[in-house]
Amino acid sequence: MSNTLPPNLQSSIFDYILALADDELVIGHRASEWTGLGPILEEDIAFSSIAQDELGHALTFYTLLEGLDGGDADDLAFLRGSAEFRNAQLCELPRGDFAFSLVRHFLYDLAEAVRLDRLADSAYPPLAQAAAKIRQEEKYHLMHGRTWVQKLARGGDEARAHLQTALDLAYPAAAGLFEPVEDEAELVAAGLVPPSAEVAASWREVVVPFLSSAGFTVPVGTSHLGGRYGQHTEYLSQLLDAMQALYRTDPEASW
Amino acid sequence: MNLTVGQVWEALEDVKDPEIPMVSVVELGIVQAVEVEGDAVRVVITPTFTGCPALPMMREGIAERVRALGASAVDVEVCLSPRWTSDRIAPSARAKMQTIGLAPPPRHADRLDLVLELTPLVRCPYCASSDTVLENPFGPTLCRAMYYCHACQQPFEQFKAL
Repeated sequence: MSNTLPPNLQSSIFDYILALADDELVIGHRASEWTGLGPILEEDIAFSSIAQDELGHALTFYTLLEGLDGGDADDLAFLRGSAEFRNAQLCELPRGDFAFSLVRHFLYDLAEAVRLDRLADSAYPPLAQAAAKIRQEEKYHLMHGRTWVQKLARGGDEARAHLQTALDLAYPAAAGLFEPVEDEAELVAAGLVPPSAEVAASWREVVVPFLSSAGFTVPVGTSHLGGRYGQHTEYLSQLLDAMQALYRTDPEASW
Repeated sequence: MNLTVGQVWEALEDVKDPEIPMVSVVELGIVQAVEVEGDAVRVVITPTFTGCPALPMMREGIAERVRALGASAVDVEVCLSPRWTSDRIAPSARAKMQTIGLAPPPRHADRLDLVLELTPLVRCPYCASSDTVLENPFGPTLCRAMYYCHACQQPFEQFKAL
Protein backbone atom coordinates (compact mmCIF):
# COMPACT_ATOMS: atom_id res chain seq x y z
CA MET A 1 0.00 0.00 0.00
CA SER A 2 1.19 3.52 -0.65
CA ASN A 3 1.75 6.28 1.86
CA THR A 4 -1.59 7.83 0.93
CA LEU A 5 -4.65 6.39 2.60
CA PRO A 6 -8.34 6.77 1.79
CA PRO A 7 -9.93 9.55 3.93
CA ASN A 8 -11.84 7.26 6.31
CA LEU A 9 -8.71 5.23 7.13
CA GLN A 10 -6.68 8.39 7.41
CA SER A 11 -8.71 9.63 10.35
CA SER A 12 -8.68 6.22 12.05
CA ILE A 13 -4.95 5.70 11.67
CA PHE A 14 -4.50 9.22 13.04
CA ASP A 15 -6.28 8.18 16.25
CA TYR A 16 -4.24 5.00 16.50
CA ILE A 17 -0.87 6.73 16.07
CA LEU A 18 -1.91 9.53 18.42
CA ALA A 19 -2.48 6.93 21.15
CA LEU A 20 0.99 5.46 20.53
CA ALA A 21 2.57 8.92 20.61
CA ASP A 22 0.76 9.99 23.77
CA ASP A 23 1.71 6.77 25.57
CA GLU A 24 5.36 7.45 24.77
CA LEU A 25 5.29 11.11 25.72
CA VAL A 26 3.49 10.67 29.01
CA ILE A 27 5.39 7.62 30.26
CA GLY A 28 8.61 9.25 29.02
CA HIS A 29 7.85 12.30 31.11
CA ARG A 30 7.24 10.11 34.16
CA ALA A 31 10.59 8.36 33.57
CA SER A 32 12.30 11.76 33.39
CA GLU A 33 11.08 12.50 36.91
CA TRP A 34 13.82 10.15 38.17
CA THR A 35 16.55 12.39 36.78
CA GLY A 36 18.58 13.46 39.79
CA LEU A 37 16.53 11.29 42.14
CA GLY A 38 17.41 7.72 41.16
CA PRO A 39 18.09 5.36 44.08
CA ILE A 40 21.56 4.68 42.65
CA LEU A 41 23.51 6.56 39.98
CA GLU A 42 23.12 3.78 37.41
CA GLU A 43 19.35 3.92 37.70
CA ASP A 44 19.31 7.68 37.56
CA ILE A 45 21.12 7.35 34.23
CA ALA A 46 18.96 4.44 33.09
CA PHE A 47 15.62 6.17 33.68
CA SER A 48 16.95 9.41 32.20
CA SER A 49 18.05 7.55 29.06
CA ILE A 50 14.77 5.68 28.86
CA ALA A 51 12.95 9.01 29.12
CA GLN A 52 15.05 10.42 26.30
CA ASP A 53 14.35 7.35 24.15
CA GLU A 54 10.59 7.56 24.76
CA LEU A 55 10.52 11.26 23.90
CA GLY A 56 12.36 10.42 20.68
CA HIS A 57 9.74 7.78 19.93
CA ALA A 58 6.93 10.20 20.73
CA LEU A 59 8.46 12.75 18.34
CA THR A 60 8.70 10.08 15.63
CA PHE A 61 5.00 9.26 15.99
CA TYR A 62 3.91 12.92 16.24
CA THR A 63 5.94 13.58 13.08
CA LEU A 64 3.93 10.86 11.32
CA LEU A 65 0.81 12.75 12.40
CA GLU A 66 2.19 15.94 10.85
CA GLY A 67 2.09 14.01 7.58
CA LEU A 68 -1.58 13.22 8.25
CA ASP A 69 -2.47 16.92 8.59
CA GLY A 70 -2.13 16.81 12.36
CA GLY A 71 -0.34 20.15 12.56
CA ASP A 72 2.91 20.79 14.34
CA ALA A 73 4.43 18.01 16.51
CA ASP A 74 5.25 20.44 19.36
CA ASP A 75 1.71 21.82 19.33
CA LEU A 76 0.33 18.29 19.54
CA ALA A 77 2.52 17.54 22.53
CA PHE A 78 2.25 20.81 24.40
CA LEU A 79 -1.02 22.54 23.55
CA ARG A 80 -3.64 19.84 24.10
CA GLY A 81 -5.51 19.45 27.35
CA SER A 82 -5.91 16.20 29.25
CA ALA A 83 -9.27 15.27 27.65
CA GLU A 84 -7.56 15.36 24.25
CA PHE A 85 -4.80 12.96 25.28
CA ARG A 86 -5.22 9.33 24.21
CA ASN A 87 -2.62 7.61 26.40
CA ALA A 88 -3.48 4.64 28.59
CA GLN A 89 -3.96 5.64 32.23
CA LEU A 90 -1.03 3.39 33.19
CA CYS A 91 1.35 5.95 31.70
CA GLU A 92 0.07 8.92 33.70
CA LEU A 93 0.05 7.42 37.21
CA PRO A 94 2.53 9.17 39.51
CA ARG A 95 6.03 7.75 39.47
CA GLY A 96 5.52 6.28 42.95
CA ASP A 97 8.46 4.43 44.45
CA PHE A 98 11.23 2.84 42.40
CA ALA A 99 9.43 -0.52 42.42
CA PHE A 100 6.34 1.01 40.85
CA SER A 101 8.25 2.85 38.13
CA LEU A 102 10.17 -0.31 37.35
CA VAL A 103 7.14 -2.58 37.16
CA ARG A 104 5.10 -0.06 35.20
CA HIS A 105 7.86 0.36 32.66
CA PHE A 106 8.45 -3.37 32.39
CA LEU A 107 4.77 -4.02 31.63
CA TYR A 108 4.76 -1.12 29.18
CA ASP A 109 7.97 -2.11 27.39
CA LEU A 110 6.75 -5.63 26.91
CA ALA A 111 3.42 -4.38 25.52
CA GLU A 112 5.30 -2.09 23.19
CA ALA A 113 7.63 -4.87 22.07
CA VAL A 114 4.70 -7.11 21.16
CA ARG A 115 2.78 -4.33 19.43
CA LEU A 116 5.77 -2.96 17.48
CA ASP A 117 6.66 -6.45 16.25
CA ARG A 118 3.22 -6.62 14.66
CA LEU A 119 3.23 -3.01 13.45
CA ALA A 120 6.52 -3.60 11.64
CA ASP A 121 4.35 -5.56 9.17
CA SER A 122 1.80 -2.76 8.77
CA ALA A 123 0.57 -2.08 5.24
CA TYR A 124 1.08 1.63 5.95
CA PRO A 125 4.80 2.10 5.20
CA PRO A 126 5.50 5.15 7.43
CA LEU A 127 4.11 3.30 10.45
CA ALA A 128 5.88 0.04 9.58
CA GLN A 129 9.21 1.86 9.24
CA ALA A 130 8.83 3.72 12.52
CA ALA A 131 7.85 0.51 14.34
CA ALA A 132 10.79 -1.43 12.91
CA LYS A 133 13.14 1.31 14.04
CA ILE A 134 11.74 1.82 17.52
CA ARG A 135 11.46 -1.85 18.47
CA GLN A 136 15.24 -2.25 18.21
CA GLU A 137 15.80 0.49 20.80
CA GLU A 138 13.12 -0.92 23.07
CA LYS A 139 15.11 -4.14 23.46
CA TYR A 140 17.43 -2.29 25.85
CA HIS A 141 14.50 -1.12 27.95
CA LEU A 142 13.20 -4.64 28.19
CA MET A 143 16.62 -5.95 29.17
CA HIS A 144 16.77 -3.34 31.92
CA GLY A 145 13.29 -4.08 33.31
CA ARG A 146 13.61 -7.85 33.14
CA THR A 147 16.97 -7.82 34.92
CA TRP A 148 15.67 -5.66 37.76
CA VAL A 149 12.40 -7.52 38.28
CA GLN A 150 14.34 -10.80 38.52
CA LYS A 151 16.97 -9.25 40.76
CA LEU A 152 14.47 -7.76 43.18
CA ALA A 153 12.40 -10.95 43.18
CA ARG A 154 15.40 -12.61 44.83
CA GLY A 155 16.02 -9.63 47.07
CA GLY A 156 14.17 -10.70 50.19
CA ASP A 157 10.74 -10.08 51.66
CA GLU A 158 10.80 -6.32 51.62
CA ALA A 159 11.79 -6.06 47.96
CA ARG A 160 9.23 -8.68 46.98
CA ALA A 161 6.48 -6.90 48.90
CA HIS A 162 7.27 -3.59 47.17
CA LEU A 163 7.16 -5.24 43.76
CA GLN A 164 3.91 -7.08 44.47
CA THR A 165 2.24 -3.86 45.65
CA ALA A 166 3.46 -2.15 42.50
CA LEU A 167 2.17 -4.98 40.37
CA ASP A 168 -1.26 -4.86 42.03
CA LEU A 169 -1.57 -1.22 40.98
CA ALA A 170 0.11 -1.37 37.56
CA TYR A 171 -1.24 -4.60 36.12
CA PRO A 172 -4.94 -3.64 35.93
CA ALA A 173 -3.94 -0.26 34.50
CA ALA A 174 -1.79 -1.96 31.84
CA ALA A 175 -4.96 -3.36 30.27
CA GLY A 176 -5.62 0.17 29.03
CA LEU A 177 -2.65 -0.18 26.67
CA PHE A 178 -4.73 -2.62 24.65
CA GLU A 179 -7.95 -0.61 24.61
CA PRO A 180 -8.82 -0.32 20.91
CA VAL A 181 -9.36 3.10 19.37
CA GLU A 182 -12.65 3.78 17.66
CA ASP A 183 -12.81 2.16 14.22
CA GLU A 184 -9.87 -0.13 14.93
CA ALA A 185 -11.74 -2.85 13.01
CA GLU A 186 -11.40 -0.85 9.77
CA LEU A 187 -7.67 -0.50 10.28
CA VAL A 188 -7.31 -4.20 11.02
CA ALA A 189 -9.33 -5.12 7.93
CA ALA A 190 -7.01 -2.98 5.80
CA GLY A 191 -3.93 -4.66 7.28
CA LEU A 192 -2.69 -1.44 8.85
CA VAL A 193 -2.65 -2.55 12.49
CA PRO A 194 -3.00 -5.82 14.45
CA PRO A 195 -6.16 -6.42 16.50
CA SER A 196 -5.48 -5.08 20.01
CA ALA A 197 -7.03 -8.20 21.53
CA GLU A 198 -4.36 -10.31 19.82
CA VAL A 199 -1.60 -8.02 21.01
CA ALA A 200 -2.97 -8.25 24.55
CA ALA A 201 -3.10 -12.04 24.35
CA SER A 202 0.52 -12.24 23.16
CA TRP A 203 1.54 -9.91 25.96
CA ARG A 204 -0.19 -12.04 28.60
CA GLU A 205 1.41 -15.20 27.19
CA VAL A 206 4.80 -13.73 28.04
CA VAL A 207 4.14 -11.65 31.10
CA VAL A 208 2.04 -14.05 33.17
CA PRO A 209 4.53 -16.97 33.18
CA PHE A 210 7.42 -14.56 33.71
CA LEU A 211 5.85 -12.98 36.79
CA SER A 212 4.61 -16.30 38.14
CA SER A 213 8.00 -17.95 37.81
CA ALA A 214 9.54 -14.99 39.64
CA GLY A 215 7.12 -15.78 42.46
CA PHE A 216 4.61 -12.95 42.03
CA THR A 217 0.85 -13.20 42.05
CA VAL A 218 -0.64 -11.85 38.85
CA PRO A 219 -3.49 -9.63 40.02
CA VAL A 220 -7.06 -10.12 38.95
CA GLY A 221 -8.82 -6.78 39.00
CA THR A 222 -10.90 -4.34 37.06
CA SER A 223 -9.14 -2.98 34.00
CA HIS A 224 -8.54 0.76 33.86
CA LEU A 225 -9.94 1.70 30.47
CA GLY A 226 -11.02 5.00 28.94
CA GLY A 227 -7.61 6.55 28.24
CA ARG A 228 -8.00 6.02 24.48
CA TYR A 229 -11.19 8.12 24.68
CA GLY A 230 -9.79 10.97 26.74
CA GLN A 231 -10.82 9.71 30.18
CA HIS A 232 -7.98 10.26 32.60
CA THR A 233 -7.09 10.48 36.24
CA GLU A 234 -6.35 13.83 37.87
CA TYR A 235 -2.66 12.89 37.61
CA LEU A 236 -2.58 13.58 33.88
CA SER A 237 -3.65 17.23 34.29
CA GLN A 238 -1.00 17.66 36.97
CA LEU A 239 1.61 16.16 34.67
CA LEU A 240 0.54 18.35 31.73
CA ASP A 241 0.60 21.48 33.91
CA ALA A 242 4.26 20.83 34.64
CA MET A 243 5.26 19.51 31.20
CA GLN A 244 3.49 22.16 29.11
CA ALA A 245 4.10 25.25 31.26
CA LEU A 246 7.10 26.56 29.36
CA TYR A 247 5.76 26.01 25.85
CA ARG A 248 2.40 27.52 26.74
CA THR A 249 4.10 30.57 28.25
CA ASP A 250 6.38 31.11 25.26
CA PRO A 251 5.98 28.84 22.23
CA GLU A 252 8.94 30.56 20.55
CA ALA A 253 11.30 29.77 23.44
CA SER A 254 14.46 27.96 22.41
CA TRP A 255 16.56 25.92 24.83
CA MET B 1 28.99 25.69 -11.23
CA ASN B 2 28.09 22.02 -11.32
CA LEU B 3 28.77 19.82 -8.32
CA THR B 4 29.30 16.09 -8.50
CA VAL B 5 27.93 13.46 -6.17
CA GLY B 6 31.51 12.43 -5.39
CA GLN B 7 32.42 15.95 -4.26
CA VAL B 8 29.50 16.00 -1.86
CA TRP B 9 30.36 12.60 -0.35
CA GLU B 10 33.94 13.75 0.11
CA ALA B 11 32.81 16.97 1.81
CA LEU B 12 30.55 15.01 4.17
CA GLU B 13 33.68 13.35 5.58
CA ASP B 14 34.32 16.73 7.24
CA VAL B 15 31.04 16.62 9.16
CA LYS B 16 31.59 14.85 12.47
CA ASP B 17 29.40 13.22 15.07
CA PRO B 18 29.42 15.80 17.90
CA GLU B 19 29.49 12.98 20.46
CA ILE B 20 32.47 11.19 18.82
CA PRO B 21 34.25 14.10 17.14
CA MET B 22 36.78 12.03 15.18
CA VAL B 23 34.07 10.00 13.42
CA SER B 24 32.33 11.46 10.37
CA VAL B 25 28.67 11.11 9.48
CA VAL B 26 29.74 8.99 6.51
CA GLU B 27 31.77 6.58 8.67
CA LEU B 28 28.87 6.41 11.10
CA GLY B 29 26.70 5.17 8.24
CA ILE B 30 23.88 7.66 8.63
CA VAL B 31 24.04 9.08 5.10
CA GLN B 32 21.53 7.17 2.97
CA ALA B 33 21.84 9.00 -0.33
CA VAL B 34 23.29 12.02 -2.07
CA GLU B 35 21.65 13.48 -5.16
CA VAL B 36 22.89 16.41 -7.19
CA GLU B 37 21.02 18.31 -9.87
CA GLY B 38 23.08 21.16 -11.26
CA ASP B 39 24.14 22.86 -8.06
CA ALA B 40 21.13 21.82 -5.97
CA VAL B 41 21.92 19.04 -3.49
CA ARG B 42 19.70 16.63 -1.61
CA VAL B 43 21.16 14.54 1.20
CA VAL B 44 19.12 11.83 2.93
CA ILE B 45 20.17 10.84 6.43
CA THR B 46 18.79 8.43 9.02
CA PRO B 47 19.05 8.59 12.82
CA THR B 48 21.12 6.15 14.87
CA PHE B 49 18.87 6.26 17.97
CA THR B 50 15.61 8.12 17.28
CA GLY B 51 15.93 10.32 20.37
CA CYS B 52 19.52 11.30 19.60
CA PRO B 53 19.93 15.04 20.21
CA ALA B 54 22.98 15.07 17.92
CA LEU B 55 20.84 14.46 14.82
CA PRO B 56 19.65 18.08 14.36
CA MET B 57 23.26 19.23 14.85
CA MET B 58 24.55 16.81 12.22
CA ARG B 59 21.74 17.82 9.89
CA GLU B 60 22.72 21.47 10.24
CA GLY B 61 26.42 20.59 9.90
CA ILE B 62 25.73 18.76 6.64
CA ALA B 63 23.71 21.65 5.21
CA GLU B 64 26.40 24.13 6.14
CA ARG B 65 29.23 22.03 4.68
CA VAL B 66 27.38 21.43 1.41
CA ARG B 67 26.52 25.13 1.09
CA ALA B 68 30.23 25.88 1.51
CA LEU B 69 30.86 23.76 -1.60
CA GLY B 70 28.84 26.28 -3.54
CA ALA B 71 25.49 24.53 -3.67
CA SER B 72 22.65 26.94 -4.39
CA ALA B 73 20.04 24.84 -2.58
CA VAL B 74 20.58 22.14 0.04
CA ASP B 75 17.88 19.83 1.29
CA VAL B 76 18.78 17.47 4.15
CA GLU B 77 16.00 14.99 4.62
CA VAL B 78 15.57 12.51 7.49
CA CYS B 79 14.25 9.08 6.49
CA LEU B 80 13.81 6.03 8.74
CA SER B 81 14.12 3.50 5.95
CA PRO B 82 16.31 1.60 5.36
CA ARG B 83 16.77 1.42 9.12
CA TRP B 84 20.20 2.25 10.52
CA THR B 85 21.98 -0.58 12.27
CA SER B 86 25.31 -0.44 14.07
CA ASP B 87 26.70 -2.82 11.42
CA ARG B 88 26.83 0.24 9.18
CA ILE B 89 29.63 1.77 11.24
CA ALA B 90 32.75 1.71 9.07
CA PRO B 91 35.90 -0.20 10.12
CA SER B 92 37.79 3.12 10.23
CA ALA B 93 35.29 4.46 12.80
CA ARG B 94 35.51 1.28 14.87
CA ALA B 95 39.27 1.67 15.09
CA LYS B 96 38.94 5.31 16.15
CA MET B 97 36.42 4.42 18.86
CA GLN B 98 38.95 1.99 20.38
CA THR B 99 41.47 4.81 20.74
CA ILE B 100 39.17 6.81 23.02
CA GLY B 101 38.20 3.85 25.21
CA LEU B 102 34.89 3.23 23.47
CA ALA B 103 34.29 -0.41 22.54
CA PRO B 104 32.69 -0.69 19.10
CA PRO B 105 29.43 -2.65 18.78
CA PRO B 106 29.69 -6.31 17.77
CA ARG B 107 28.44 -6.97 14.24
CA HIS B 108 25.15 -8.83 14.38
CA ALA B 109 23.80 -9.13 10.82
CA ASP B 110 20.35 -8.04 12.00
CA ARG B 111 20.26 -10.57 14.83
CA LEU B 112 20.30 -8.08 17.66
CA ASP B 113 18.52 -10.44 20.07
CA LEU B 114 21.35 -12.91 19.82
CA VAL B 115 23.96 -10.26 20.53
CA LEU B 116 22.04 -8.96 23.53
CA GLU B 117 21.99 -12.45 24.99
CA LEU B 118 25.75 -12.55 24.60
CA THR B 119 26.51 -9.08 25.96
CA PRO B 120 29.55 -10.19 28.00
CA LEU B 121 31.37 -10.91 24.74
CA VAL B 122 32.57 -7.34 24.50
CA ARG B 123 36.29 -6.74 24.42
CA CYS B 124 37.85 -4.16 26.67
CA PRO B 125 39.12 -1.28 24.48
CA TYR B 126 42.11 -0.83 26.82
CA CYS B 127 43.49 -4.36 27.24
CA ALA B 128 41.44 -6.40 24.71
CA SER B 129 40.34 -8.87 27.38
CA SER B 130 36.90 -10.45 27.06
CA ASP B 131 36.61 -10.78 30.82
CA THR B 132 34.10 -7.94 30.89
CA VAL B 133 30.67 -7.43 32.40
CA LEU B 134 27.76 -5.19 31.45
CA GLU B 135 27.16 -2.80 34.33
CA ASN B 136 24.39 -0.74 32.78
CA PRO B 137 22.73 -0.90 29.36
CA PHE B 138 22.43 2.89 29.62
CA GLY B 139 25.27 5.36 29.72
CA PRO B 140 26.20 9.00 29.21
CA THR B 141 24.50 9.13 25.81
CA LEU B 142 21.66 7.08 24.30
CA CYS B 143 24.07 5.08 22.17
CA ARG B 144 26.41 4.01 24.98
CA ALA B 145 26.38 1.24 27.58
CA MET B 146 28.67 0.93 30.61
CA TYR B 147 30.96 -2.07 31.05
CA TYR B 148 33.63 -3.11 33.54
CA CYS B 149 36.80 -5.01 32.64
CA HIS B 150 37.90 -7.50 35.29
CA ALA B 151 41.30 -7.99 33.65
CA CYS B 152 42.49 -4.40 33.84
CA GLN B 153 39.92 -3.22 36.36
CA GLN B 154 38.74 -0.37 34.18
CA PRO B 155 35.22 0.75 33.55
CA PHE B 156 34.63 1.54 29.87
CA GLU B 157 31.88 2.56 27.50
CA GLN B 158 30.53 0.62 24.58
CA PHE B 159 28.76 1.97 21.51
CA LYS B 160 25.59 -0.12 21.74
CA ALA B 161 24.64 -2.60 19.07
CA LEU B 162 21.42 -1.62 17.33
